[in-house]
Amino acid sequence: MLQRGSIHSSLDLKDKIFSIDYILVFSILILGIISMFAMYSTDGGEFKYHTTSHIIRFFIFFGLFFFVSLVQVRFWHSTSYLIYFLFFLLLLGVKYFGLTSSGSKRWLDLYFMNLQPSELMKIGLILFLSKYYHRISIENMNSIKYLFTPIIALITPLLLVATQPDLGTSILIASGGIVVAWLAGVRIKFFAYSALIFLSLLPVAISFLKPYQKSRILTFLNPERDPLGAGYQIIQSKIAIGSGGLFGKGFLNGSQSYLDYLPEKHTDFIFTLFSEEFGFFGSLFILTLYAVIISRILKIGSITRSTFGKLYCYSFATAFFIYVAVNMMMVLGLLPIVGSPLPIMSYGGSSMLAIMFGLGIAMSCRVYKDVPVN
Amino acid sequence: MMLSPGSGNTVIKSKLISRRIFLLTAAKTVVMIGLVGRLISLQINQATKYKSLSDKNRFREWKLAPERGVIRDFFDQEIASNEPLYQVHLVPENAKNLSQLFVRLKGILNITDQRISYLKRLIKKQKPWEPIIVSDNLDWSEFSRINLFLHELDGVEPIVSVARTYPDNSSAHILGYVSQISAKDLKTKKYLKDLSVPGMTVGKTGLERKLDEKIIGKVGFQRYEVNAFGKRIKQIQINEGQSGTSFKTTLDYEVQKYSNELLNDKAAAVCVMDIYNGDIVSLVSAPTFEPNSFVHGLDKKYWDSLIKDGKKPLTNKAMSGLYPPGSTIKTIVALSALENKIIKPSDTFRCKGKIELHGEKFHCWEKKGHGIVNLRKGIQRSCDVYFYEVARKLGVDRLSETAKKFGLGKKVLSDFVEERSGVVPNTKWKKKFIGQNWYIGETLHSGIGQGYFQSTPIQLCLMTAQIANGGYKIKPRIIFDKKNNDLRDYIKYKNNNPNKPLPSNLLLKNLSFERLLDDEQNIKIIKDAMFSSSNEPGGTSYRHRMENPKFTFAGKTGSSQFKRFTEAQREAEVKQTDLNYKDRDHALFIAFAPYNNPKYAISVVVEHGGSGGKAAAPIARKVIKKVLERHDLRQEVNYSKGESI
Repeated sequence: MLQRGSIHSSLDLKDKIFSIDYILVFSILILGIISMFAMYSTDGGEFKYHTTSHIIRFFIFFGLFFFVSLVQVRFWHSTSYLIYFLFFLLLLGVKYFGLTSSGSKRWLDLYFMNLQPSELMKIGLILFLSKYYHRISIENMNSIKYLFTPIIALITPLLLVATQPDLGTSILIASGGIVVAWLAGVRIKFFAYSALIFLSLLPVAISFLKPYQKSRILTFLNPERDPLGAGYQIIQSKIAIGSGGLFGKGFLNGSQSYLDYLPEKHTDFIFTLFSEEFGFFGSLFILTLYAVIISRILKIGSITRSTFGKLYCYSFATAFFIYVAVNMMMVLGLLPIVGSPLPIMSYGGSSMLAIMFGLGIAMSCRVYKDVPVN
Repeated sequence: MMLSPGSGNTVIKSKLISRRIFLLTAAKTVVMIGLVGRLISLQINQATKYKSLSDKNRFREWKLAPERGVIRDFFDQEIASNEPLYQVHLVPENAKNLSQLFVRLKGILNITDQRISYLKRLIKKQKPWEPIIVSDNLDWSEFSRINLFLHELDGVEPIVSVARTYPDNSSAHILGYVSQISAKDLKTKKYLKDLSVPGMTVGKTGLERKLDEKIIGKVGFQRYEVNAFGKRIKQIQINEGQSGTSFKTTLDYEVQKYSNELLNDKAAAVCVMDIYNGDIVSLVSAPTFEPNSFVHGLDKKYWDSLIKDGKKPLTNKAMSGLYPPGSTIKTIVALSALENKIIKPSDTFRCKGKIELHGEKFHCWEKKGHGIVNLRKGIQRSCDVYFYEVARKLGVDRLSETAKKFGLGKKVLSDFVEERSGVVPNTKWKKKFIGQNWYIGETLHSGIGQGYFQSTPIQLCLMTAQIANGGYKIKPRIIFDKKNNDLRDYIKYKNNNPNKPLPSNLLLKNLSFERLLDDEQNIKIIKDAMFSSSNEPGGTSYRHRMENPKFTFAGKTGSSQFKRFTEAQREAEVKQTDLNYKDRDHALFIAFAPYNNPKYAISVVVEHGGSGGKAAAPIARKVIKKVLERHDLRQEVNYSKGESI
């Protein structure tokens, strides 16, 4: 009751700053700094384009993270649908004005950066569904009527992204949405039905897959199928990580990456590079940092009072975990190469923007944990 | 209603959410543990495997052709050496546009379209990072032009290598030549197994082939770190390999050059041997060929000209040329007859120009006949009738035994693939190889070195040397090594003290010598007869004698019948010089010198030269003089190597 009074009077800046979760902030910062060193290594030990732009982006979006953290969570709640539709419009824009690169249309040219709206949609869908399930009562949760909206909200961006084509991102977007719905209380049977429908549609879907997508899946099942072609990435990544050993080859000494055996080392395979240079202990440290970040977000979810905040934080933490896990399983040869960046570490503005924005909202839930959202 | 989050509703929702996130968190933990497990498996359990895979990625080796060992003459003059070689290699995978590159290269180098299409075919067959040789042997100006334009020639690598080079063609046959490794070489020569390096040459004939395994050296390598595209990033390790062993021969390059000049464009061979240690001082075959032209791929035109030449420039006539020994065999026939006590030196026969045996006529080269002939005169004048008679009494089997003892009918040097063993016929041989019985007429032909007899010039030289040294067996050699069966001291001592046992210093030398005959006196008789043949009026090579005792030689002429004279030709007294080149006899001459204190033996064969006295003896005379003039120099080398004199 005592606290209730202070809730209504808006928090002053000092209170806000004090209520920030510094363990989370420092974990992000350390991970960010590590990613800068990793990027420096991918550039062959020089400050080249990738390194400098990664550093600049990290600090800009780290600033954005603070800004978003200090904005009333009520604001994010009330603009959730708007944000979703904004991202959706951007996705639609990609379909008509997008840039095509290596066979897929994923980017919008914003002059100062190429934006990949599908990355933003990962957060947008979580926000949308968190608000939606915050608003409907527990009784209505499993009625067909109320399932209609979330399915549309999930399927439409999913199809847009999948047809770019970008299978990996669309799966990640979907996983975020499904997590929100499940956490909110939607019954398992709906997911089971959807899974059945999905499986029955699978042969149709496969016929729509591009040849390279099919080959990726086949390659995952047997990487040695085509060691110089599609299996090359998985094999080289495993060689890089394995050859890192316990302590790694040392900073800037990752032969697999600087001799260009490693593909996509700036983006999807940044963990491979780090793991080659810093070995098992380095990899373990990175995993620990991610575990800390995820557990801190979960912790925010448990202390924030609003259903919106809980749903968002739990879902975002789970989605964040999925991004990390999918990327790592991919580079460790446990999943097919689907093209998903490692949060914070990977090069790429849109992914960084989306993650920092998402973290910012989570932090906002922490700062305004006792504020009811409506 | 639902817009106001009733506290009850919210609490139920929170509980539900908490329950479910607990499940999710447990799942996350499991996945995390799985990730750590995977890391442990890759980075700890399988680290060694992946480390070696990573190294396999990183490193690539380039083999380096080793430098061939050098071959020197007796005076350490290089007669087969190495020279820097400027080459252009191409690593196909480093080239951005191959066809464009070839157009560019064509502008800079002198390469034909034919070669380019050959190279393109080669590139398709090889791995993209394996270098191919675009140009094998560039001159300096071409090479510097390549270096100048190198920045616009991706994939092109200028290489400085070494290649075989010979100072001239005087020793082409005995040295042999080297050429690119062929598929057949790789199959037949085991030592080449790990030596397949682009640009590597192997010995194909002669000493180059005989010594190949040792002279070729060990292949080195350069280990480079390469990136994923095969580009060399930096050199990690270099192993220069090991250049091949160098060899010193017993040949005298000056004599080789001199003999080669003398033979000029004749189809001929000269062999000179030290009679005490068997050192081959000179071994020349003519006409010669240009060995340097084989090193960098032979020009088709030149090859055709070599193949078509009737004088067979590629054959080493001194070793592989088979000639009936002709009258030179008479020394052996006489020796054999004396040794077997068939005749005494004083026994005479009457030569009327021919004899008849079972209705067949056997002519003496002197149509008028030599009159009464004893052994000395028989050899001096080379009377055929005398030797018909001796041979008939001796029989071919005893003759062949002596001929074989003196080195005919088997290879003189080891390991020369091209050397031939010739034929020393006897009754068994004929039965085995021809399947017929021996006729007495054939014994007569054998007595004057015709018929089935086949010998090489080097065999004749060995035969002469073993006569000259007093009938001791020597083992000829061409590679100079410390071991030397030097008979000189022993023979000197024996000659001065015929009946005393050897002094201890000679015994210690562990000389392995073998007498070829029982009676030393017989050899002296033959040597004396040879002296008269070369130095007394009426001798077959009297015209070419050397009066200076320092150079005086004792020899024996021979002409081996190439085509039988018809009776008509004989009647018309047709001279050899009147015949077509191809129909003339081969001219032979064997000799040793100086007569008083023999040191060297020589054999000369001039194909279709006519008579030995006219064609072969003058050449032998000049070569003998040259060799004897250089004897002291040779001895100095022998001294300096601690060899006995």
